[in-house]
Amino acid sequence: MGNSLQANTDKPVSSGFGAPNRALLRYRKWRDRLVEVVLLLSGLVAVFTTLAIVIVLLYESSAFFEHVSLKEFFTDTMWTPLFADAHYGILPLVAGTITTTMVALVIAVPLGTTIAIYLSEFAPTKVRESVKPILELLGAVPTVVFGYFALKFVTPALQYFMPDLPGFNMLSAGLVIGLMIVPYVSSVSEDAMRAVPRYMREGSYAMGATRLQTALRVVVPGAFSGLAAAYILGISRAVGETMVVAIAAGMQPNFTFDPREQAATITAYIVQVSLGDLPHDSIGYQSIFAVGLVLMFITLCFNILGFSLTRKFREAY
Amino acid sequence: MAAKGTTVNALASMRSDLSRRKQLDKVFAIVGLAVMLGCLLILLVLFVDLVRNGWPRLTYEFFTSFPSRRAANAGILAAWVGTSLIMVVTAVCAVPVGVAAAIYLEEYAPKNWFSAVVEINVTNLAGVPSIVYGLLALGLFVYQFNLGQSIAAAGFTLALLILPVVIVSTREAIRSVPKTIREAAYGLGATRWEVTKDHVLPYSTGGILTGMILGLSRAIGETAPIITIGALSFIAFLPSSPFTSEPPYISFQWLSDPFTAMPIQMFNWVSRPDPKFQANAAAAGAVLLVMTLLMNGIAIWIRYRFRKKINW
Repeated sequence: MGNSLQANTDKPVSSGFGAPNRALLRYRKWRDRLVEVVLLLSGLVAVFTTLAIVIVLLYESSAFFEHVSLKEFFTDTMWTPLFADAHYGILPLVAGTITTTMVALVIAVPLGTTIAIYLSEFAPTKVRESVKPILELLGAVPTVVFGYFALKFVTPALQYFMPDLPGFNMLSAGLVIGLMIVPYVSSVSEDAMRAVPRYMREGSYAMGATRLQTALRVVVPGAFSGLAAAYILGISRAVGETMVVAIAAGMQPNFTFDPREQAATITAYIVQVSLGDLPHDSIGYQSIFAVGLVLMFITLCFNILGFSLTRKFREAY
Repeated sequence: MAAKGTTVNALASMRSDLSRRKQLDKVFAIVGLAVMLGCLLILLVLFVDLVRNGWPRLTYEFFTSFPSRRAANAGILAAWVGTSLIMVVTAVCAVPVGVAAAIYLEEYAPKNWFSAVVEINVTNLAGVPSIVYGLLALGLFVYQFNLGQSIAAAGFTLALLILPVVIVSTREAIRSVPKTIREAAYGLGATRWEVTKDHVLPYSTGGILTGMILGLSRAIGETAPIITIGALSFIAFLPSSPFTSEPPYISFQWLSDPFTAMPIQMFNWVSRPDPKFQANAAAAGAVLLVMTLLMNGIAIWIRYRFRKKINW
């Protein structure tokens, strides 16, 4: 890296003392403008991607909504677009999504928060620095591998305690999704807790509080918006998670909130249709864009809420 | 006497209160550590379970065979070749665009509504579920651009998916370069691009590499978007070779070839009821997991090395 400090010494910057090489200067300025345009275009790729997502989802699902009324879509309790007796009610898919997400939260919120409190308030720096990257590996495991784990390890383990549990169930899928988002929840929560200023902790310690009391009564309330953000962003991830539910929860739409049953989520339905070979202009093909639009809308709401909360805790202190 | 007694009592109750609070504190320290280690243990269990179930299949032939109807003959040749080619497309697309976008946002962007829009978009894209990228690719790449179910379509999709990862980590790296370095270079008459190219970027190499590897490690395991664009899981042939014997020696025919990829192959095996295929799934999962963890390990190592090496 050391040599990077030497600028372009090989190029003459001026042709003589006091007489700058105007042509070279013009060239450098012109090149700078060109580079700026190229960089700007790269930045625009992000904007275009968002636009493209919205346009594609709206365009393809508009054909779907020509066949299906919004009322049927949001109130019918059956989702059977591929059957002869076709029903297009998204409620069963939404119920499946809510159930798996709730199970995931039951795991991710307590574990994630405990780990965050431990890492931020208790762990010595060395432990924190070495454990955090390893913990993040848990979030890096491919989701299809987690799906296998849910189906072939967690479900049999659960069946040991609950003999009636079917081979496909939302419980094991939800549990594994919960584990998967633990590192994410804990890392956002920890950031929030570490943003709580030191003097607040010191005030609490000076009053004779222990680390735990300080953590629970000063740091956690102080980092409240950040913790809320962590949970909300965690929800958004759980809602969008696909492979674990597609593998371990079965792909049969089932209007139930009982995690012991099998059911399809919004994402699992998209996978199910994609695995088949539906013609481009069939209603089954269009339906995945319609449910995709709903999925996008749900996650977008949670993301906007979550990110505005994180911005809040960064500004608060 | 009575007054003394209450003082002693108060002192005693304070002491017991203190020791109770301290005990609780210790209990939580242990619980916290246990929860953390528990999570790490699960990672270990996951890995051991995969290796234990897939061990009999992890032979040389497994890596050199095509998928087959008979579990014992099936292998992941088409899958890992497909994955490697997709990763090449993804890296070639995502890294330059991501780094350029990050440079723009950090070094060039004026503080106005337009930069804010770009910024919000990047944050938002990072939170979009991966399957939505699959839908985008299905509607746009596969049908509008007529790329079909090709390696190019998959590569572009994953490139869009990891773009936010590359942008965010590059921005972090660029931001950590001290202002003084830029000011020194400006002071010597360097233009903005010269400052960026000769000073800021060389110092950010570590962060950029980390972001690139983390992004690719995410892309390698992504299943949902590739399923959505309609990748086939039974492919008993390889894409055409990028190298040819005749001039110009390089061919891009492979970009438009159909493909399968590691996670797709694994998903296909997992969803078969025949238990013999489950061993294949476990073996493929173990290979995939090792690849991901290795990439993450390298990223962590690079980050650590660069952080140690630079002393401002």
